[in-house]
Amino acid sequence: MSALLKVEGISKRFRGLLAVDRLSFEVPEGGIFAVIGPNGAGKTTLFNMIAGVYAPDGGAISFAGERIEGLAPDRICRRGIGRTFQIVRPFPALSVEDNVIVGALMHRHDVVDARTHAHEVLRKLDLYDKRGQRASSLTLPDRKRLEVARSLATDPKLLLLDEVMAGLRPTETDRIVSILRELNRDSGLTILLIEHVMRAVMALAGRILVLHHGASIAEGQPAEVVRDQAVIDSYLGAEDI
Amino acid sequence: MFARLFENVSRRTLVLLGVLLVGMFGAPLVASDYLLTVLILILYFAYIGQAWNIMMGFAGQLSLGHALYVGLGAYTAAALYVHFGIGPWLGLLVAVPVAALAGAFIGFLAFRFKVGGVYFAILTIAVAEFARVGFDHLSWTKGSSGLFLPVAQYTHNDLWLLRGQPVMFYYVLLVATVLAFVFCRALLKSRIGYFWLAIREDETAARSAGIDTFRYKMIAVVISASMTSFAGVIYAFYYNNLFPEQVFHISRSIEIILGPIVGGVGTLFGPIIGAFLLTGMSETLIAALAALGVDLPGAKQVFYGICLLLVIMALPDGVWPWLSRRIGLTEREK
Repeated sequence: MSALLKVEGISKRFRGLLAVDRLSFEVPEGGIFAVIGPNGAGKTTLFNMIAGVYAPDGGAISFAGERIEGLAPDRICRRGIGRTFQIVRPFPALSVEDNVIVGALMHRHDVVDARTHAHEVLRKLDLYDKRGQRASSLTLPDRKRLEVARSLATDPKLLLLDEVMAGLRPTETDRIVSILRELNRDSGLTILLIEHVMRAVMALAGRILVLHHGASIAEGQPAEVVRDQAVIDSYLGAEDI
Repeated sequence: MFARLFENVSRRTLVLLGVLLVGMFGAPLVASDYLLTVLILILYFAYIGQAWNIMMGFAGQLSLGHALYVGLGAYTAAALYVHFGIGPWLGLLVAVPVAALAGAFIGFLAFRFKVGGVYFAILTIAVAEFARVGFDHLSWTKGSSGLFLPVAQYTHNDLWLLRGQPVMFYYVLLVATVLAFVFCRALLKSRIGYFWLAIREDETAARSAGIDTFRYKMIAVVISASMTSFAGVIYAFYYNNLFPEQVFHISRSIEIILGPIVGGVGTLFGPIIGAFLLTGMSETLIAALAALGVDLPGAKQVFYGICLLLVIMALPDGVWPWLSRRIGLTEREK
């Protein structure tokens, strides 16, 4: 498998804080890749650089063979990278359907086509029956899935998921896990996720990268990574207490 | 295209719209001269409110300086008429681009340099104030002494030069208001409308959904400014006199936004209902006060203030969303 996303030595500094420090990794096409690490490790900063919110201070990000670092978020999306936000940001006053139509209109010019596509996506994410509700009236698990739906409607090749399982009950987590697995299997969607819920990470990821103080301390198959002493010391060990 | 325009419109709405339209088109047959001037004002504010609503209600950009576009449209068309005898419809070909450019200028400054929210609103006030002071000193438009269009007793209505009786202006504004309504509805149901609502709701999320927010905000300002300038042209030819102190004054900008706020920001009927309520009721109030022989300067402003307070407290979404639920026509919630 070739790399769909290639991150080469990127860094980001906020004043005195080096949030991401010369980080490199590759996400293979069609894979599910997880980034884990303690709070403040630089995971969201990494995401924001890939999604175009910040330009890295150094290094390169390539997507499908083209350099994308420093591009604006809307252009990154149009290249084929969809994202969700850690703190969900649906369009609150719009209906669930209209939220997803906005995403679907990215590559479609006709609203009727976009609505048809939005309905397909809503069905995949079990939101079809709630399509007429205002987004602001949804529960948190529904809002999280709505974020995924809106992003998915833009037809991304790569989906960036920023803690979509956080705050969900285990049954809800399993539901999202199975939805994501299906998307990955059926449409070859590549997924890069940041996640604290190890249950979901272990169930989904083909490869895991562990960030600590902005740098990679381990990368590999899930089974290897969870046995890694550095990972247990800095991150996983703390969860077992 | 035309069929899609009436998609999802209930029969009830169509009937009500039909009755309203027939009523409005027939009104001059029965209305007194005074009532006609009130109706003209109502239509004027309904039309501009619709234009302002594109920016605020759809794209979420608060403009408190729409008097700028009214003034630019009015002054451009009036000056072309006074100096070169160019009629208002040809004048529009200059007036609209002038206002559109002014809108694009404000939009570019604000959106390029990320001036948002209240700071954007302040910028719109600043440019309108700048124009007011500038026009005060612009001798080509007679500065602060005012620009006057030649008037005479008109026995017939010259639609081409907009010289004639109020009833002609009434019909021009009525057609404009209907067209603006249809146009705004088409916009709202199109791709661009969805993008605007997304930007209004959450600009960061809109960008990450692939929307070039700069571009779509610019389009909103330019369309809104262009539409507003048309009302300015009508204003000039209806009142026949223009003073920078009046035309560009911030109170004019505020008057423009009161209708849509009272009626319902972001709704298509809001600006129309708001104009009817505010202008209709305040004119009634003034007429009633005059009939009682009471002279209360500023009564209109106090009335506007009370209306605004009541709406903000009781119906923060405006009158229309509430009214449409009451009469069983729910405009699709956006």
